[in-house]
Amino acid sequence: MSRRAAIEEAVLPPLVALLLAAVVGDLLILSFGQSPGAVFQLLLEGTWGNAYGFGQVLYKATTLVFTGLAVGLGLRAGLFNIGAESQLAAGGFCAALIGILLPAGIPALLCLPIYVLAAALGGGIVGAVPGVLKARFGAHEVIVTIMLNFIVLALLNYLTSAKIHVPDTLHTPELKSGALPRLGDAFAPFHGSAANSTILLAIVTAVALGWYLFRTRRGFELRAVGLQPHAAEYAGVNVAGVTWRALAVSGAIAGLGGLNYVLGYKHYYEEGFATGAGFLGIAVALVGRSHPVGIVLAALLFATLSQGGLAVNALVPKQMVDVLQAVVILAVSTSVPEVRRLLRGARRSNDS
Amino acid sequence: MRKLLIFVGVLLAVHIALLLVHPSGAAEPPTGDAVDVGIVFDMGGRGDKSFNDGAYLGAERAEKELGARVRFIEPGEGSDREAGLRLLAAEGMDIVLGVGFIFTDDLTQLAKEYPNTDFAGVDFSVGQDKNGRIIQPPANLAALKFREEQGSFLVGALAALVGNSKKVGFVGGMNFPLIHKFEVGYIAGVKAVCPDCEVLSQYAGVTPEAFRNPGKGKELALSQYQQGVNVIFHASGSTGLGVFEAARQTGKLAIGVDADQFNEAPGYVLTSMVKGVDNAVYDAIKRVKEKRFKGGIYQYGLAEDGVGYVYDRNNEKLIPPAVRARLEALKREIIAGRIVVPSTK
Repeated sequence: MSRRAAIEEAVLPPLVALLLAAVVGDLLILSFGQSPGAVFQLLLEGTWGNAYGFGQVLYKATTLVFTGLAVGLGLRAGLFNIGAESQLAAGGFCAALIGILLPAGIPALLCLPIYVLAAALGGGIVGAVPGVLKARFGAHEVIVTIMLNFIVLALLNYLTSAKIHVPDTLHTPELKSGALPRLGDAFAPFHGSAANSTILLAIVTAVALGWYLFRTRRGFELRAVGLQPHAAEYAGVNVAGVTWRALAVSGAIAGLGGLNYVLGYKHYYEEGFATGAGFLGIAVALVGRSHPVGIVLAALLFATLSQGGLAVNALVPKQMVDVLQAVVILAVSTSVPEVRRLLRGARRSNDS
Repeated sequence: MRKLLIFVGVLLAVHIALLLVHPSGAAEPPTGDAVDVGIVFDMGGRGDKSFNDGAYLGAERAEKELGARVRFIEPGEGSDREAGLRLLAAEGMDIVLGVGFIFTDDLTQLAKEYPNTDFAGVDFSVGQDKNGRIIQPPANLAALKFREEQGSFLVGALAALVGNSKKVGFVGGMNFPLIHKFEVGYIAGVKAVCPDCEVLSQYAGVTPEAFRNPGKGKELALSQYQQGVNVIFHASGSTGLGVFEAARQTGKLAIGVDADQFNEAPGYVLTSMVKGVDNAVYDAIKRVKEKRFKGGIYQYGLAEDGVGYVYDRNNEKLIPPAVRARLEALKREIIAGRIVVPSTK
């Protein structure tokens, strides 16, 4: 593939998808009797237009990068992890729990590995259950992860509203030590936004996952199982092992997302702290085509829509932005393969 | 390839054309010196027929009667609450309201950062320090609290007086202190008029889901009606819709909560324990307009008409005059302070 063709194939499909979504968005806004220009302007001003809004976008994108990577890793192994929602919550809860148990006054850098381990373990265990059930008994991971969402979220709800909580609230006591600094502490314009240094952890995770998937033997095996499990097995890959490990690691990555709120923002676990971020992770992974770079970009897009939704809430109802998100997902998942096919067809006819 | 580029060009042209469309009714940027009001709703959002809608009604009245300009934000996830409050405060609203106890921490934080903006929190939960002293909210933050136990006391007395049974029922949503206030007041009201009556009291769960589970509400209510209960008071959000359903099915009575819920099951709703969220919100906006807003704790009880029970044409047949007189007497006793209604277990 020539350089030009590669660029065309990378830029044109998402461009078409976004333009399609934008036109549908215009029509939606018009149906509410508002001016599309004004609404989109407000949406941009409230997100990328000022440091606070941008900080909020970064904050929301951080959680979505984790859940997107988690779902993306599963997809690469041919597994559909619908459980990121509860894995995220479990990771956040375990980190908060460790935070209550740790003595006060430990430097943040020393605590960080403990928190990372706790969050990864929390999410990882929730992810490993469907993994083992699939590898051992062939139980379908979609069913098991959906059901586990209910079980885990109900259990965490119970714990935070009845056992480990501050009276009259739905959150646990604050961490005693090891809270991460917010971006606002280092760069004054970000003041007040929830963006925090967990974003570095998200970038590191994305890079590490890219390296693991495309540069290691295990990653190759994982992708081979995802493409064609029977062929992979014939080639000597332990498919059952790859399956449960992939789901466990997927859960662990989703669990790390909980740190964004617990360690970086509020410093406690709160019931429903990231409602929907796990499910939105599925969209992020699909739109990002399960590639770390794509996932980071898709996470920024969905975070912008989510924060922008608050900014335009005065003009159009929140549900309009939810619909717009769904339109983006549909547009990307239908138009990207279609545009690719067209591009390749055009190239072939040029070559002949 | 060319077709594709033409397609992209057409999409772009349509998009730009649509961007320039400006419908006649579209919102104009605010001008003038009316009071600017920002409201962030609880997760449940509008349409809950309870306190979110109550706050909306109050704001709507302020729009009509005081010429206030109101902006609403409906948050999606945990971090949206602070983001919503902050967006409104940064836009220079005169007063920013958070609806629901869950806004307590965020409001306290924002009130400190924006000392020139007024804030108010519905159901704001006032904390206590280590010595049990009440921590006052910041000077620009009004905590709008309701004495639900007083209203519950009256409907408890009513349930015992017209129930024609030694057993009365209570169905709560989530088992936590805010709802205990309803339960405790209700039981006190029952015992005040019928010391040997028994209150069957059950909760739908321990999580916020317990406020959205009509199936569970119906199940609990049916079992209570079967045990000889004739009147059930629910404080359980939309779980209560199941209680009304059970009342309709068994031909017995239920008592609504927060707003007048007569329409949920006409003929089977004895009364409703109403909470005047709309009045509290309207008052807060009015005080801002008249430049006499002050922070602090505002308690809305029977004396302030912040809570009460419904008595109108819809349900007057269910409440005999003697019972009505007895309730009004109890109400006067509470307002005068001769009856002190407990609020905690």
